[in-house]
Amino acid sequence: MALSTEDIRNIAKLAKLQINADELEQYKQDLSRILEFVEQMNQADVDNIEPMAHPQDMMQSLRVDEVIESDQREKFQHIAPATQDGLYLVPKVIE
Amino acid sequence: MEWEVVIGLEIHVQLNTQSKIFSGAATAYGAQPNTQACAVDLGLPGVLPVLNKDAVAKAAMFGLAVDATINDGSVFDRKNYFYPDLPKGYQISQLAIPIVEHGTLEISLEDGTTKSVGITRAHLEEDAGKSLHEDFDGMTGIDLNRAGTPLIEIVSEPDMSSAKEAVAYMKKIHSIVTYLGICDGNMQEGSFRCDANVSVRRKGDSELGTRTETKNLNSFRFVERAINYEIERQIDVIESGGKVVQETRLYDADDDSTRAMRSKEEANDYRYFPDPDLLPVKLEQGLLEQLQASLPELPDVKQARFMDEYSLNQEDAEQLSSSRAMADYFEQVVAGEKEQAKISANWVLGELSAALNQNGLDISQSPVSAEKLAQLIARIADNTISGKIAKEVFQDMWNSDKSADQVIQEKGLQQISDVGELEAIVDKVIADNPNQVEQYLSGKDKVFGFFVGNVMKATKGKANPKQVNDLLKSKLSK
Repeated sequence: MALSTEDIRNIAKLAKLQINADELEQYKQDLSRILEFVEQMNQADVDNIEPMAHPQDMMQSLRVDEVIESDQREKFQHIAPATQDGLYLVPKVIE
Repeated sequence: MEWEVVIGLEIHVQLNTQSKIFSGAATAYGAQPNTQACAVDLGLPGVLPVLNKDAVAKAAMFGLAVDATINDGSVFDRKNYFYPDLPKGYQISQLAIPIVEHGTLEISLEDGTTKSVGITRAHLEEDAGKSLHEDFDGMTGIDLNRAGTPLIEIVSEPDMSSAKEAVAYMKKIHSIVTYLGICDGNMQEGSFRCDANVSVRRKGDSELGTRTETKNLNSFRFVERAINYEIERQIDVIESGGKVVQETRLYDADDDSTRAMRSKEEANDYRYFPDPDLLPVKLEQGLLEQLQASLPELPDVKQARFMDEYSLNQEDAEQLSSSRAMADYFEQVVAGEKEQAKISANWVLGELSAALNQNGLDISQSPVSAEKLAQLIARIADNTISGKIAKEVFQDMWNSDKSADQVIQEKGLQQISDVGELEAIVDKVIADNPNQVEQYLSGKDKVFGFFVGNVMKATKGKANPKQVNDLLKSKLSK
């Protein structure tokens, strides 16, 4: 399956990536090749194979429900670009 | 034109664990901003999520309560979108294999019948943080204390066909999760909130109409109003020749309407994929049996038992069993005295509930304990006081920590039990009102109430109404 230039623009937008116009063609070819590879894998007969959700054949280990973290706000906010009254400040997201 | 309404609800239930779903930070409500947001919740590089055991157990418990399938091997996926209250750039959720699927519950309709509503799924996910949009010099403030709080999102089948049904369903879910003790049910604090999917179609059409999703409804009243507004709006759009647009809308309680929300992400393309940081979730050996054994008596079963054991009507039994705390309180008031069940139900649902509502209190915070209310009811039953005086006594009990007996004693409210004393008062009322006696004897039965009223006034309400009636009847007929 071949992707269009429009698809590439949309994917970049969803991923919040800036792509220059002269890079579009290269990305289009690379991503299309990945999809071709997926297409190739789709040919494999997997009828009797149970799907897996993770490459490791293991189950999730669980944590006991306990509070083990202490407040480290000062430390975290020290590396934040902008804070006020304990809040992280970001560019306004609604008008 | 007749219209048919199709409604499905997505309910977000915060699980009341101590720590977050993927980190050891606290979940307590109301802490100073960002003091309960650790490196995992902030999505700092290099952190890994570790799943909370109790969150899994609580989600499974909900599944058992609605006769659902509990999947052994449910999978966490990443739901990708950018918003500042979601610092990782994705929410960890479950898409293809949720922990709970294919459940069902019964709701009672106004006409007394019941309806079964399907639960498509309930999946585990993390809550996002909060954005504060006011007053930061044109910036938005972010509090990530809520980020990572465990949620189950309960998705219903589109089985409801009116706002009232949707509210009944939502109330039922609320009652179940609070009965199970897996959620505090506090809607003001956002522990229990709902999105409503609504569409309309012409009666008889087989295809569903285009639906809208109204977000973040955090009260039963808002759900009902928002749905009714949406129904009318969509019908108006279609009847005036337009088309309903599939979109996310926001309910505005101030002017009781919904409006289109600016979409967070184009085309809702969340690009889900299995989260490589998390493995499939295997249920611990024996967990389901253990949870099944620990399930409390659920609202439907309790309601049926109340009707059977205490001979209550359906309405009373349903109201009492809608909250576990209220049901427990009621049973403590009755305390085995089954002949007092009806009057106890009346007091709990009437006087007590009214006082609680008026003061914005939960039944667990009632200043009048079940034992104290039981004593008050016992004093009505043994004719120490009338039902009317009991209301006065109740008010005093509510405003102090006195018992019913103390209030009755101190204020001298016990009924006049001495027949001689009461007779003398009745005689005097008759003697003082010869005109009314004449009217009564000439057939004006209504005047009887006048005598009762005067006797009650003379005794300050302390006479036994039945005794007064009997005495007056026999004396007036002489």
